[in-house]
Amino acid sequence: MILSSLRVEAQAFEKRTGWVLKPQGACKGDMCVPLPDVSSDGTIDVEVLSARLGMPLVANSAHGLWALGPDTVTGRALTSAAAPDIALPDLEGRSIRLADLRPQKVVLVAWASW
Amino acid sequence: MRNELHPRGLEIVTVALDTAGADAARPWIEAARPEHPSLIDSGHVIDELLGVVNVPTGVWIDEGGMIVRPAEPAWPGHTPVLDMMDDLPIPPAASAVRDEIKRMHINPERYLAMIQDWVANGAASQYALSAEEVIARSQPRSPDTARAAAHFELGQHLHRHGDHDAAVDHWRQAHRLDPANWTYKRQAWNLETGDTVTQSSAYEGSWLADVQAIGAEHYYPEIQP
Repeated sequence: MILSSLRVEAQAFEKRTGWVLKPQGACKGDMCVPLPDVSSDGTIDVEVLSARLGMPLVANSAHGLWALGPDTVTGRALTSAAAPDIALPDLEGRSIRLADLRPQKVVLVAWASW
Repeated sequence: MRNELHPRGLEIVTVALDTAGADAARPWIEAARPEHPSLIDSGHVIDELLGVVNVPTGVWIDEGGMIVRPAEPAWPGHTPVLDMMDDLPIPPAASAVRDEIKRMHINPERYLAMIQDWVANGAASQYALSAEEVIARSQPRSPDTARAAAHFELGQHLHRHGDHDAAVDHWRQAHRLDPANWTYKRQAWNLETGDTVTQSSAYEGSWLADVQAIGAEHYYPEIQP
């Protein structure tokens, strides 16, 4: 997740990572990690997220940017078997949400021109 | 395959992992004219969300939105876009590259049979995994590989915003931290040379050298049923 500040809007964080911020903390699937409350302006401290969720924080000072990496809570790419809420564009720019394909079974195949 | 299985409740969704976006994927998709959704992931978002480390990779999602098979090498028979894999832009003189490809574990028929079994048997299929198994079989994510993901994403952002040199610095870090991630390597090499097998002076490794170092038979790990 690309950031220009070390405070991130809670909604943006949830949308990008799939972690949901609840009173008991950041939750994904059956797992919750305690966090401080979201501040009154709707943002949360990125360095706290980094520490509590094991999300590495990489800086590029020349551009004033950071990248918050994925969590390492389970030591695996998936923290939950629930499919992330993925929406991506097609060639015409139409956003297609995987969840809208239910109740079909889906085989997602990642490929590349390279 | 889609014609056979779509009427029985299966949809194929292809996702092009291309930093260059639709411009890179368009010729392939338009030539294939698929009937299934063909999406573009210029941000490599699913690499991080699903643990994709090479292509082609498959993920199975059931009717209720649960992953029943995490990211693994996928050769689902002959779907239109995947047929184009035979036309990958490998320089003709790279016979050593072709030799390595011939040593790889690629079994479209087996993967197709697994999908067919899942469509026929649903949750009772031996190939549909429990939630615990799905998580356990997903890609390992150490602090180093997570940091590699952050470097890769930052590199992409900087590349798209005009600072390619800064992007290369971050992608070199991504390669160092997660040398098993072929997506990071191949995408970065491709943006330097136009293909993924020509050696680039911007990076230490190359496709041929790195494949030979691990053994081509390990490039696509055998699928565990």
